[in-house]
Amino acid sequence: MTAGRQRLAMTAAPYVFTVAFFALWEAACRLFKIPQYFLPAPSVIAQASLEYWWQLLFHSFHTLWMTVAGFAIAVVFGILLGIALGASRIVNAGTQPLLVGFNAIPKVAVVPILILWFGVGWIPPVMTAFLISFFPIVVNVATGLSTIEPELEDVMKALGARKWDILVKIGIPRSMPYLFASLKVAITLAYVGSVIAESNASRYGIGNLITRASADFNVPLVFAALIALAILGVIIYAATVELERRMTGWAHRSGAGQG
Amino acid sequence: MTAFVEIDNVTHAYGGDGGVIAVDRLTLSIAEGEFAAVVGPSGCGKSTLMKLVTGLQRPQAGSIAVGGAKVAGPLKIAGMAFQAPSLLPWRTTLDNILLPLEIVQPHRKRLRRERGAYIAKVEALLAQVGLAGLGAKYPWELSGGMQQRASLCRALIHEPRLLMLDEPFAALDSFTREELWCVMRDLHAARPVTIVLVTHDLREAAFLADRVFCMSARPGRIIAERRVAFPRPRSLEVTYTPEFTDLVHDLRAQIATARQAA
Repeated sequence: MTAGRQRLAMTAAPYVFTVAFFALWEAACRLFKIPQYFLPAPSVIAQASLEYWWQLLFHSFHTLWMTVAGFAIAVVFGILLGIALGASRIVNAGTQPLLVGFNAIPKVAVVPILILWFGVGWIPPVMTAFLISFFPIVVNVATGLSTIEPELEDVMKALGARKWDILVKIGIPRSMPYLFASLKVAITLAYVGSVIAESNASRYGIGNLITRASADFNVPLVFAALIALAILGVIIYAATVELERRMTGWAHRSGAGQG
Repeated sequence: MTAFVEIDNVTHAYGGDGGVIAVDRLTLSIAEGEFAAVVGPSGCGKSTLMKLVTGLQRPQAGSIAVGGAKVAGPLKIAGMAFQAPSLLPWRTTLDNILLPLEIVQPHRKRLRRERGAYIAKVEALLAQVGLAGLGAKYPWELSGGMQQRASLCRALIHEPRLLMLDEPFAALDSFTREELWCVMRDLHAARPVTIVLVTHDLREAAFLADRVFCMSARPGRIIAERRVAFPRPRSLEVTYTPEFTDLVHDLRAQIATARQAA
């Protein structure tokens, strides 16, 4: 009986807490008469969302595709570079300082150069999303490849396996869980990257919408855009997690073994 | 009787000249179909011996021949099993055992076309080691002993003429270990394979092998050789006879001397 009630409480908790959060926000705004241009109440934000629904949807769509495009380039590039680093110790040692140094640069500082090179448009957000998100992919793929059990490598080599065989049959499948762990980080970063670049290097995207809305002091729209970003971010993240679950079920065997 | 594995005056060191000498002027020969065991204290270069014989490492001095041919590179007629079963968790047990066939010729070429026949072969082998019908399971669904059985299957599926075992049962509990001794004994009896077993376990060596070689501490050298005369097929009861105990004591004394010398 108590176990059932506890389970019910666990199921209900996320909804209760979320509703309570917005209710508190709404109450605070009304109680302390906080001006709309400072912190709009959730009801005002909802109104703004309805009013500007087309703009929000339009710009969300652009943010989505630019993020996914940058992320896709990062995945391809990250896997290739990761394989190169994992397969060759010399490449690994040689590129280490460059990679670490490059990763240390806050990518927002690169946006002006991207505008200089490519002008205002879709390229800077896609490039920023790519540049900000490839690093964790490279590191994780390389780690997955370079931690193959030496015995297994011996077994394969003794059979006359070429380096390529070992890479394809063992290295790459083995590094999949590492890859997907990094994709969850990378997609979030790519999202940050594209929104940052949109805000001053593109005419489209939620980042750009926020820049323009805040210039107009349309604070409810700024907040509506933030909420849209949150929803979009959750959707993108959830899609990545689902993809991971399908691709690397074997790595999460603690749950699978019982079920 | 000509030797199948012929190790002649082999010296091997790690870290180049002046590095740690792993084995020193090692000489031993093993006949075709023989079950040889190599025992010795930790760090006596037993694993180096494995790598040298399978061609994963080239000796710095001396020569090694297997099946009448000098070992000059990885030996494709060898199968290997280690202490860790090292099965691939994303493949089923069956697919794990098929792995060598995806690498070794001529199977590599034939595998796709004759997959059914190969699968039947894996299933027969699984039945031989007591894993009948478990091919569809993933390795992590099997116990440690079962994984090690599957690992033995993987080492044998391409019908190697030489099987190299590096402490394959060391991580198992003693009951499972004795079960696997019997599995190993039967696998050896059923096929004309030459086996080299590297182990710390003197009872294991005495139970399974035709001949036991004792190695000294690093640099590894053969210091004694004992022929095991118990008739085959041996039952586990053999291990409780006084003759068996004497043999194990004798081997133990050899190792003790080797350790003191180190």
